[in-house]
Amino acid sequence: MGNVGAKEIPELLNAEGRRIDGRKLDELRSITMKVGPLTRADGSAFVEWGENKVMAAVYGPREVHPRHLMQTSKAIIQCRYNMAAFSVDERKRPGQDRRSQEISKVITEAFESVVFTEEFPKTSIDIYIEVLQANAGTRCAGLVAASLALADAGIPMADLVSAVAVGKVAGRIALDLKKEEDNFGEADLPMALVPQSGRLVLIQMEGHLNRDELRQALDLGTKGCREIYDRMREALRAKYDTPTSAVSAGVPA
Amino acid sequence: MSEVVSAEIQTTHIIDLARAGRRLDGRGIDDWRPVTVEPGYVKSADGSALVHVGDTAVLCGVKLEIGKPFPDTPNAGVLTTNAELIALSSPTFEPGPPQPEAIELSRVVDRSIRAAETIDLTKLCVTPSEKCWTCYVDIHCLDHTGNLIDAAQLAALGALTHATVPAKRFGVGEHDYPLDVSHFPVECTFVRLGDRIVADPTFEEETAGQGRLTVATDEQGNVVAMQKGKIGAFSPEEVVETVERAFRHGDRLRNVVRGT
Amino acid sequence: MGYATWREPFVRVVPFAGRYSPKPHDVIVGIVQDVQKTFWLLDIDASRWAPLHTSGTPWEPGPGELDEFLRVGDAVLVAVENLDATGKIGVTMKGEGLGKLSGGTLAGVSPAKIPRVIGKGGSMIHTITQLTGTQVAVGQNGRIWVDGNPDGILRVRECLRIIETEGQRSGLTERIEGFLRSTGPTDDTGPHPPRPESVDRRGPDRFEDDPSGPDDSPSIPSDESHEGEGPWET
Repeated sequence: MGNVGAKEIPELLNAEGRRIDGRKLDELRSITMKVGPLTRADGSAFVEWGENKVMAAVYGPREVHPRHLMQTSKAIIQCRYNMAAFSVDERKRPGQDRRSQEISKVITEAFESVVFTEEFPKTSIDIYIEVLQANAGTRCAGLVAASLALADAGIPMADLVSAVAVGKVAGRIALDLKKEEDNFGEADLPMALVPQSGRLVLIQMEGHLNRDELRQALDLGTKGCREIYDRMREALRAKYDTPTSAVSAGVPA
Repeated sequence: MSEVVSAEIQTTHIIDLARAGRRLDGRGIDDWRPVTVEPGYVKSADGSALVHVGDTAVLCGVKLEIGKPFPDTPNAGVLTTNAELIALSSPTFEPGPPQPEAIELSRVVDRSIRAAETIDLTKLCVTPSEKCWTCYVDIHCLDHTGNLIDAAQLAALGALTHATVPAKRFGVGEHDYPLDVSHFPVECTFVRLGDRIVADPTFEEETAGQGRLTVATDEQGNVVAMQKGKIGAFSPEEVVETVERAFRHGDRLRNVVRGT
Repeated sequence: MGYATWREPFVRVVPFAGRYSPKPHDVIVGIVQDVQKTFWLLDIDASRWAPLHTSGTPWEPGPGELDEFLRVGDAVLVAVENLDATGKIGVTMKGEGLGKLSGGTLAGVSPAKIPRVIGKGGSMIHTITQLTGTQVAVGQNGRIWVDGNPDGILRVRECLRIIETEGQRSGLTERIEGFLRSTGPTDDTGPHPPRPESVDRRGPDRFEDDPSGPDDSPSIPSDESHEGEGPWET
């Protein structure tokens, strides 16, 4: 996984079973979520997840651009996942690279699986995910932010979608990898769960997992997603129990 | 995309059939269409394979050239995979810049080849930091009757397995030699039709499908890549069952590619 | 592929296969692609989509109510009414046996093979439906609606595949009959499903034989007194 020719591999798991940042194998990084930080968007959310900072905005349902994408019987979902040039160590060339386009596609399909698109024919629901600071797991952080933004925009959905990445670090299955673990680990499996149905709407994987490890990873990921899901519901409750001014004070930058 | 909506009654029928364990072309739920791999189809390439999965036809050509290693991997060669959904292969494909579908196909195939460490890239290094082999894997989809991902991945693996490193042509050796292939990942794609998950979906089944799951396995019992696509969902239990099926098909297809 | 005939200085190829080119009175199967204010747009596998206006249906939906009758993805049996100079294809649903197709599924052959599917005096399609216990409506555009039990439908598909690939040869009826008799149950395959909800039987009968068709292959059985007239075979 991208470690070809690399020199130093950090110690990813110490003798006490603690990870590089002191977490246990089944422990999430610290997460804060804010619902509705943006004024112009129909719905928005900001997620700080470990050292990731991700903003999501939802516009719509609205007119479809470009027009030829319009569907007579349902709304289309257009999701654009984008990484800011300054979000990674070495400046990333701005614009949509192939990785971003693939991630946009799988996130779109994850939401198309839960949003009641048939309620808004001939319209578009546009989701913008901007990664401002990246440290592994940005697609999951982006998906969680987008999920909250959709809820904030009042888009009817079967359920909130929750997401987390699981991986293999120093031979062990671990929850929510951070950058060093992602770079030097043996596998990465991002997933998104619809908690009420118990089904996965995003599954990707790269690396090496045998049958047992895969089963463990799915179990641990499901558990992680449920934990995130509880936090998402709290975040939504926090917005709708709080006066608007108090929430907008949380706008970053 | 000039996508034509297919009839609801067709979709319903395909799902009803699957519920009864049947499929439009008479196959069972876990049956594949016939797979053929024809290595060396293109003489101008350093490695190539024409793959048929039923009527789906994909051609892959591998070209090796001398290039420069990436700064962060000075001791390794470079492998790039690109898939083109050329307009010739389906009425729904258009010329122009690659659409998300083509990008996903390229990346999913690339992921299996890369994650499985199919090619030991350090062996493609000629002079650290200065000279290395760049291995271009170019995939052309010729006829799309469903399951392009697996056909494309088999074509890529087939082309690499039978490729030659053109050392003489580039003046870095006395003789050309076979490209060293260390692992043999095989990708298997499934789609959900109602409560059944069918292997090697046809175009009609993909259209009717309610979620697609691709699983790449290697010859050592590892899952090396996965991708869920399209609208739909899978339970973790379904993923585990599907992975088992991918192992079974993978073992068989590996032998087809290797010609054993 | 096709026969080439020379009429110098032009060569005209009479196609064995190819896209459907509509002729007035053809009965065809369309799939709704779009719903507009006063018409639906149907994909009929021709060069263009064909509008079906509300005036060509037995319904009188108000503006914006068209969705309540036909939605995107619905399949309909319609007849070609007129072709204008700009290539616009007008279709109607008013006519014996025309209407929305419910239940069953669609199968297809290339439009050039449709005369073979029907056979002399409807003999081929009659054989197929009898021996598979299915109900069939044949569209001149190569789309064929089939209803019955799953096994029956799959066997009809296999017959169509045989006709598609072996349609140039003689003895096709015997070949099909042989296949069907060798592959199991012919009747008692369960109760026949009802005909699709069909509409407006008062309309004029628009389904005469296509006089331009090959001699041995009337497009539709034409005996007016026959129960299974029109594109239907049960």
